[in-house]
Amino acid sequence: MGEFDFTVWGPSLPFIRDGLLFTLRLTLIAMTGGIVLGTLLALARLSPIAPLSWLAGAYVDTMRSIPLVMVILWFFLVIPFLTGTPVGAETSAIITFTAFEAAYFCEIMRSGIQSVPRGQVWAAQALGLTQAQAMIHVVLPQALRNMLPVLLTQTIVLFQDTSLVYAIGAKDLLKAADVVGKNYNRPVEMIVLSALIYFAICFSLSLAVRQLQKRVAIVR
Amino acid sequence: MNYHWNWGIFGEQVKGGGETYLDWLITGLGWTLAVSLTAWVLALVIGIAVGALRTAPSRPIALLGTAWVELFRNVPLLVQMFLWFFVVPEFLPREWSLWVKQDMPAKEFVTAALCLGFFTSARVAEQVRAGVGSLPRGQRDAALALGFTLPQAYRHILLPQALRIVIPPLTSEFMNVFKNSSIAFAIGVMELTFQARQMQEDSEQGIETYLAVTLLYFICAFTANRGMAWIEARTRVPGLIARTS
Repeated sequence: MGEFDFTVWGPSLPFIRDGLLFTLRLTLIAMTGGIVLGTLLALARLSPIAPLSWLAGAYVDTMRSIPLVMVILWFFLVIPFLTGTPVGAETSAIITFTAFEAAYFCEIMRSGIQSVPRGQVWAAQALGLTQAQAMIHVVLPQALRNMLPVLLTQTIVLFQDTSLVYAIGAKDLLKAADVVGKNYNRPVEMIVLSALIYFAICFSLSLAVRQLQKRVAIVR
Repeated sequence: MNYHWNWGIFGEQVKGGGETYLDWLITGLGWTLAVSLTAWVLALVIGIAVGALRTAPSRPIALLGTAWVELFRNVPLLVQMFLWFFVVPEFLPREWSLWVKQDMPAKEFVTAALCLGFFTSARVAEQVRAGVGSLPRGQRDAALALGFTLPQAYRHILLPQALRIVIPPLTSEFMNVFKNSSIAFAIGVMELTFQARQMQEDSEQGIETYLAVTLLYFICAFTANRGMAWIEARTRVPGLIARTS
């Protein structure tokens, strides 16, 4: 057994808090943006306009078959070419995760939309709603509710995946733990701390999702 | 936007000399395959065992399986890599710890393969559990009534059916293993992502580099997909509703 000194956890807390705040901000922005973009992508994939459906499909399949680390590196490399100015690792991470998660949320929303009985659309049209109105007021709310547990589970995965911004050096929870570990020469204790924080958050969230799943199941 | 394209870069010598960039990528592909395939074998063996445990009639044993799955599912893979690489050796007896830190051959590879294998085993276990759960109760009861012990019932009746049912979700897990192996770069395994970062810095031809590496990942995932589809077609359970492609 090596010698451990867990007193380093005390002075590390301000840094850990800042890192955790960035991780949470990145997760929330990517989740919101990802669900909005993902829903649009899902509508495009289900659209009768063939080129639109094909393009959305190609985007989603491409994103889903590339390792996330490579996607992060790609965006970090390409964004400065597109904008003409270098962007920070944090901004790059936010753009990357929104674009990447959109592909996964798209597939969830697509199966959500497809899970709504067709009769709902017919009933909406019979009541005089336009196609767009039927989608916005009838289909999407039901799709969203049916898929709520899956959307949240994907958000937990997203929360864990944000640790990969390590590849471009953005200052998230893991990076903060890494930096403190190096400064105090206590890397082992800091890795353990970050693992505990990730576990505590993810485990309680997944318990909450399980409860939610039961409630949604009863309503149906 | 003034990018200087140079597709000949792969044939050029690296800055240090002695090798071409193509050599780097081939080395990278080799390590990616080695880490992924080793991890997959490990994940299947442990995952099937843990998945079977989770469906066991004994509550403490099922709980043990659940604990295993929750542990590996709720910590990011990158953090798990660091845990195995930096933390676990500290908890070993002193001589072992020294050996691991100083003399263990291919330390990065072994750590990455173990870590990815355990991580994936938790996900395989979930699929196996679902597969066993989807079998009619009568299968287990009939096996026990015929005098099979519980392990025998799993070995000869339940698992052979469950595994064939869960091949489609296992296919996507197999493809995930190749994608997730990219995280091994963080502990210094010289796999594709490691080489991509190194080549991008060394050659400053980032786009060509990333395109080549991305293509190689595509090929790995595609091959894995076709391989599993072949197995799926060969092992389909007769009489079940299944996709025929």
